[in-house]
Amino acid sequence: MNPLGNIKTITKRELRAYFSSPVAYVFIVIFLLLNGFFTFMVGGFFERGEASLANSFFNWHPWFYLFLVPAVGMRLWAEERRVGTLELLLTMPITPWEAIVGKFVASWLFLGLALMLTFPVVLTVNYLGSPDNGVIFTAYIGSWLMAGAYLAVSCITSAITRNQVVSFILSVVACLFLILAGFPPVINLLQGLTNHWQWLVDTITSFSVITHFAGFQRGVLDSRDVIFFLSVIGFSLFTTSVILRTHRTT
Amino acid sequence: MESMIKVENLTKLFGEKRAVDGITFRVGLGEVLGFLGPNGAGKSTTMRMITGFIPPTSGTVKIGGNDITEDPVAAKRLIGYLPENAPAYTDMTVEGFLNFAAEIRGLRGNARQTAVNRVVDLCFLKSVLHQNVDTLSKGYRHRTCFAQSIIHDPDILILDEPTDGLDPNQKHEIRQLIRKMGQRKAIIFSTHILEEVDAVCTRAMIIDRGRVVANGTPQELRRRSEWAGAVTLRVGGLGADAVRDQLSRLRSVSRVSAEAVGDRVAVTVFPRANGDSDLTREVLAATQGWQVEELRTEEGRLDEVFRSITMPDTAAKEAKS
Repeated sequence: MNPLGNIKTITKRELRAYFSSPVAYVFIVIFLLLNGFFTFMVGGFFERGEASLANSFFNWHPWFYLFLVPAVGMRLWAEERRVGTLELLLTMPITPWEAIVGKFVASWLFLGLALMLTFPVVLTVNYLGSPDNGVIFTAYIGSWLMAGAYLAVSCITSAITRNQVVSFILSVVACLFLILAGFPPVINLLQGLTNHWQWLVDTITSFSVITHFAGFQRGVLDSRDVIFFLSVIGFSLFTTSVILRTHRTT
Repeated sequence: MESMIKVENLTKLFGEKRAVDGITFRVGLGEVLGFLGPNGAGKSTTMRMITGFIPPTSGTVKIGGNDITEDPVAAKRLIGYLPENAPAYTDMTVEGFLNFAAEIRGLRGNARQTAVNRVVDLCFLKSVLHQNVDTLSKGYRHRTCFAQSIIHDPDILILDEPTDGLDPNQKHEIRQLIRKMGQRKAIIFSTHILEEVDAVCTRAMIIDRGRVVANGTPQELRRRSEWAGAVTLRVGGLGADAVRDQLSRLRSVSRVSAEAVGDRVAVTVFPRANGDSDLTREVLAATQGWQVEELRTEEGRLDEVFRSITMPDTAAKEAKS
């Protein structure tokens, strides 16, 4: 059996599991409602009078994901452990990596689908003006990568516990760190505290999803930003595999 | 006979606790090995190590020649596993779950369909095929998970309490199935139900506190019982004391228990040596002319062997009282 085939089988199963329960639909509806509300009511899409989605639409994504992505990721491993299917899954002729990647990809595709369903916003801005669709496309890619990074962090917290609520709270906290590290008020505070150690401030802000997402929002596809998100994903999935192995040893 | 499962000196420590302590055994094709033992004896832990779910602290497991820690995927491919409590994905239909199990075992297209149809027939799942797993009764969920374990027709089956929670009819069906499959597979199953050992196993192993304390065919184990070769009879027209007195004089007798039940006396004569066949002859001779209504030679009782091995202190106390 080839690894890709195994990953595909697991991904298919996970996706089917999402859509067999109302959770997926509830999630998508909430995500779209939030996007609509914040873009048009809070973000001042019409008042701005600019043919762009950067400030009114994409700006909110790091904050939406803070709550929504942990909700998607919390069941990934916690549920397997609670129900006992983890024992079934890990005694199948697959490697743990195939299981980890398969599950992650399924959730990531699901988030991608939710993101794609925001397309009416793109249609609207195209109807009203003539935005740079390249910039919008890049921002979408960035948003999806960012969602992937949050999701990978949720994989870790989900593997730690068999309780989905605990997993949810832990990953919200971890993702909040990823946001706040680059949130302007926090940066200012850090700079005030450590005005001699600019390198420390830089190191902390370099972990922020906001800093790395900003480039995408402007339509800049910087390889460093892509690598940042991909390495958060890679590192988190690796940590997940270590946690899963430790659980079985002790 | 080729050994499909080779377990050498398998040990598992949880912290300080020795859950499994140096277990060694082999199982070949055509063998059904029953794992017996009290709760917490290490049966499930042993099975989890054999199936590669948890790594052993020391010792090796070889599955058809493949080491479970060095080449886990090749080893796991040969195994079908029914974990304790029969977990199954609750968010899928029975059909979806079985399709998934078949696919992850490398069965695609027609081969997958054939495999799913086969286990659905074998495990009587046709009526619940499109039902969600979380709406199934315990018996059906159990059989769904069992079906998953045999979907790729593996040479090796590891079943952790396969009949737990089933009604007597379902138990019977599953036992039949295990016995039938045991003719050409290597099977290990654990159970609390001793009659199951007789019904299904070619060999039984009693595990206690992580060690193998007895290993043999069910007949051999039963022969270790105090009851093996004992003679029970029901006598009319004589008092309990008189009966005890007379039978105690026999050469091969170790002990006689006799008590009045109504106007009859129920007697058990225990042999000096377990499984002694002379005793029956002697009792028959001694009871010539008595009103014997019933006389039977006992084969020995597994439950009694089980208790005397796993709880030697309590069993001894009970025997005295």
